[in-house]
Order: sequence, then C-alpha cells, then structure tokens
Amino acid sequence: MAEKKQTLPRVLVVGPPTCFATLQPLYSHKFHFIHFEPYALSLSLQNFLHHHCPFSIPAILCSSNYSLSAHLLRLLPDLRLVVTTSAGTDHIDLRECRRRGIQVAAAGHLFSQDVADMAVALLIDVMRKISAADRCLRTHNLNNTPWDLFTFGSKLSGKRIGIIGLGSVGMEVAKRLGSFGCIILYNSKHKKATVSYPFYSSVVELATNCDALVVCCALNEQTKHIINREVILALGKGRFIVNVGRGGLIDEKQLVKCLREGEIGGAALDVFENEPYVPEELRAMNNVVLSPHCAAFTAESLMNLCELVAGNLEAFFLNKPLITPVMLPE
Amino acid sequence: MESIGVLLVAQVIPYLEQELEKRYKLFRVWEYPQLPIEHANSIRAVVGNASAGANAALIEALPKLEIVSSFSVGVDMIDLDTCKEKGIRVTNTPDVLTEEVADLSIGLMLALLRRICQCDRYVRAGNWKKGDFKLTTKFSGKTVGIIGLGRIGEAVAKRAEGFNCPICYYSRTEKRDSKYKYYPNVVELASNCDILVVACPLTKETHHIINREVINALGPKGYLINIGRGKHVDEAELVSALQDGRLGGAGLDVFENEPVVPEELFGLENVVLLPHVGSGTIETRHAMADLVLGNLEAHFLGKPLLTPLV
Repeated sequence: MAEKKQTLPRVLVVGPPTCFATLQPLYSHKFHFIHFEPYALSLSLQNFLHHHCPFSIPAILCSSNYSLSAHLLRLLPDLRLVVTTSAGTDHIDLRECRRRGIQVAAAGHLFSQDVADMAVALLIDVMRKISAADRCLRTHNLNNTPWDLFTFGSKLSGKRIGIIGLGSVGMEVAKRLGSFGCIILYNSKHKKATVSYPFYSSVVELATNCDALVVCCALNEQTKHIINREVILALGKGRFIVNVGRGGLIDEKQLVKCLREGEIGGAALDVFENEPYVPEELRAMNNVVLSPHCAAFTAESLMNLCELVAGNLEAFFLNKPLITPVMLPE
Repeated sequence: MESIGVLLVAQVIPYLEQELEKRYKLFRVWEYPQLPIEHANSIRAVVGNASAGANAALIEALPKLEIVSSFSVGVDMIDLDTCKEKGIRVTNTPDVLTEEVADLSIGLMLALLRRICQCDRYVRAGNWKKGDFKLTTKFSGKTVGIIGLGRIGEAVAKRAEGFNCPICYYSRTEKRDSKYKYYPNVVELASNCDILVVACPLTKETHHIINREVINALGPKGYLINIGRGKHVDEAELVSALQDGRLGGAGLDVFENEPVVPEELFGLENVVLLPHVGSGTIETRHAMADLVLGNLEAHFLGKPLLTPLV
C-alpha cells in the first residue's frame, strides 16, 4: 500500500484547508497528500521540506489563510500548480507564478451565491438590527420589558445600494437586492457594457449617492483600502457598509473611528484586516454585525468545493485544462 | 375638533400620540383604570395597535364610539362582528408596511439558515481565535412555502425569487392567476417546502394553524418563520419540537403572549427571536401613523375612509 502511494501524484497540503477533512478520505486513492501544518507545528516550510519531505512537489493545495509569497514559491523548484480553496487569490504571488509557469486554480464562481446571500443577510441584519434584537431579547427579556421601547431600524426596500465590484458575487448581490426594489449603483474596474445599473468611476461619488455600500471586489494593489476615510464620510450618517470581500479593502482603523464618532450608521463585516483578530472596540459596538469569514461556508458549498478541487488536480495531472484557472497578471 | 374624544388603548410612536393630542381630546387607557362615565360618553374613536384593540366589552362601554383606527395591519384584537353590528367603522394600515415586513421575513430566513446571530456572538466572545465557525445551511434555492398569499405573502415571494427559491403557498382559495404552486392544506404545504412562512391574518380559522402535525411535516430539516401573529402557532408544541429536534429551526417576530418569550428558546441556537419589529422603522411607523390620522380626519369630516376594513 505504501509503495502504491509513492506512485500517486503528489500534492503538498498546507494548513490544512477546512475542506480537507472531507476531501482526503474521498480522494486519497487518487493523490498522495503530504501534510504540512505550519500553525500546529510552528515549522517553516523550509524546515519542513528539509526534514520531512524528500519528494519533489508538483502541486500545492492551500486556503486563503496561507500566504504563498515569491520566497515560499522558490522553495518548491518543481512546483507547477497551486490550488487554493478560496475564490480570492490575494494571498498568492500571481506574478511569480506567471514568471515560473505555475498554473493557479481557485474556486471560480462556486461560492458566489452563498457569499451574495451572506452580503444580503448582513445588510438586512445591520439595517433592521436583527442580531442586536435577538441578543437583547435573550439577555434582557427576563424582566419582560415592553417591546415598543426597542430602537427602530432602517428600511431597506427601495433604497440606493452601491456595489463595489460587479463580478460574480456583485451581480448575485445586485439580483437579490433588485427583488427588494433597491436601486443598484456600482463601481468596478471597468464599466460593464452588459448591465444597465448606473456606473460610478469614483468610489467617493458612489458613496455620496447611496444609502449603503456592499463591498465584494477582489483585493489587489489597486483596491487596497478602496474604502478609506473619505469614502466612509461621503457615505455619511445613518448609512451602512457591508464587506464580504477582504479585510484589506477597508481602512479598518478609520472605519472603527467613524463608527465610534457616529459618522456612519453601522457596518456588517465578514472579513477583517488581521483575521482572526477583530478590534475589541468593534466587538463592543451595538450597530455592527460581525461574522468570522464564513460567507462561503455552507454544507452545500463544501461538497461542491471538494469536487472542484479534485477535478482541478485531476485535470492538471492528466495534462488537461484546469476547470477554474486563474488569469495571471503580466 | 378638540372636543372629539379619542381613546388610545396602546403605546404608539410619540409622533402619533402628539398629533392625536393636538387634534382631539385624548384619553390614554393606562391613565384611567376606571374610565369615568362623562369621558366614556365623549369618546367617538379608539386607536389601538397589534396588541390592543377593541373587544365587545370596550365597545359596549363607549356608547358614542364611531370608529376604531388600528396602528397595525392585523386587526385580530378588534371585535369586527360587534363593530359591523353597531355600524362602527374599522381602519388599519395596509400597504405602507408591506415591504418592511417582507424585508424582515427574508432577514429572518437568512439569519436562521446562515446562523448570523451565532456568528456575531462567536466573534464578540473572542472564539474565532480558537477556530473557524461551523458550516451553515445554504439559503439560495430552498423552497419557500407561504401561508397567505396576500400583500405581504406576495412581497415575501418576490424577494425569495431573487434568491432562486421556488415558491409554493396555501391560502383559503387558490389564486387562479398566480404562477406559484398551490397546496390545498397546510400539512401538504409543509411537507413540500424547506421554509414555511406564516403571512395570513389571525382569525378563528387560522388560530394555531401551525400545530404539531404541521411542525412534524416540516421536519428536522425544515424551518418556520412567523411574521403573522403569535397565536398562529401552538407555541408549546413549537418549543417541544425544537427541543426534540423534530423541527430544524424557527425565526419568530411574534409570540402568543408578548412580551413573554418562552425561556426554553433562549438557549437554542436554531432560533432567531425578535421583539415584534416587523414594521419597525421610523419611516414605516410614520407612514402608518399618517394613515391612522388620515382615516380619523376623513371620518370626522364625513369623507371616504382611506383604508377601511369595516
């Protein structure tokens, strides 16, 4: 059995990604998974490879928690494929991959519906104070205090919603909020010829013209802190911001400051600049909704993800085109 | 108009109370444990809400009562038969709160299936450092069953369709031109949907429309959303089913005996509990108040009522 394993295509699994517990039993007959758990072992990749991995590694499987820098990639001279379990690729040095001829596969549009559902869930929650009310009832209702004293929320239907990033997730968010009679406005890298929603090339101008911003774009050099103090102030008092993209899209310090000073109405965040650390001040606020980067984590998505990861690995080792290849920058 | 007596039987938003005070001689029921006869004889209108209206006893005690104007769309707290008999007009606040309640219904579904309240608690308690949150249930594409395809039911359906949810419904009579699948009884509806939403008026017929049989038909992978009235649901049965795991979860904006919430629910993570906030935004409550005021004004000027039920 051990000998047979040696002839299976090798995949270095870093983390491991959450889906690996499900993936491994299903596909260990097809791939030789080599485990590298940097957090559990406090071991650097360099040390691990030197002491525990005498093989050449053609493929690596990781999640968005692990940063594949150029330095790390250089430790794997035979690497030809990176598979990430995330839709986002900001944790991978894509330029280095292109330079080395390493292919990259990500999750494509697999999670788009779940992430869009989460964006809408967070938006309704922060506007209508769902989590706050549930929390209040569970902790204070023992006195049976009258309910008409509960603070009112803000109406969502018919409001103007600014979407930052009209990719797969952004379009699903737009479709959902459209059915609430919301007016959709957007900012994206380029204006999209196929949609009729009003396009704003300036994020500040977009923020000025909407009641809530939903951030769903990819994180890269151009979009880092795309939501800065100027944008937040332009959005203004009583208005809301939702982030299901990456923490780095928002200047978190400024967001906390603006929330503290009442410059905006509230925020609902699935992602943070330094996960899993969430500023203590945020954790104490009543007009925010916080979730632990789980917009894509549904039971349904997990099964689909396992299939996709295995499919990409299989395709690669059979010299076929990847199912969800990532376009690498020049 | 100041000599017209108006009896306020429930707490309403300050804006409405102030306007009523300005325009009429306003009596607040909580200030009069025993309403003196001379006041009772001057009262020509009652203003109530979802939790308090006008029963037969109150109507009898107000011989000059002409109109009951409810600060709600549901009028189950008003004895409509007695009002009809005595020619007393009844108005409510339809349409202006439809979107608000429908928005909240979807919010409840999402919060329940995606465990938003638990996610929020998880982060606030600092548990994320210990590990990822667990998997939740996808909402998009789940079948939504609606009891009562009126204004609110239709608005819920329209929103759920934005999430690719197939829609089915039960109502007293099948709606011939509806594109949604009709089921002739609630048990069948519950057996054929993932998420069951109560969106019908509370009447004698719909009291405890959600009973043990319906709950069992909905099942351990099914979810109940109540944005109607607490008495639509046999609350004891619901609590028991949730504790036993016979029902997947419940999102409740209303309870049988508000503001009492069964304590057993506080420890459950597959419920979302809200303090009857279906129409709870300033915008909507103002619009509802304007309807109450508009109906009263129209009545006392002898003009057609804006939103009469009786």
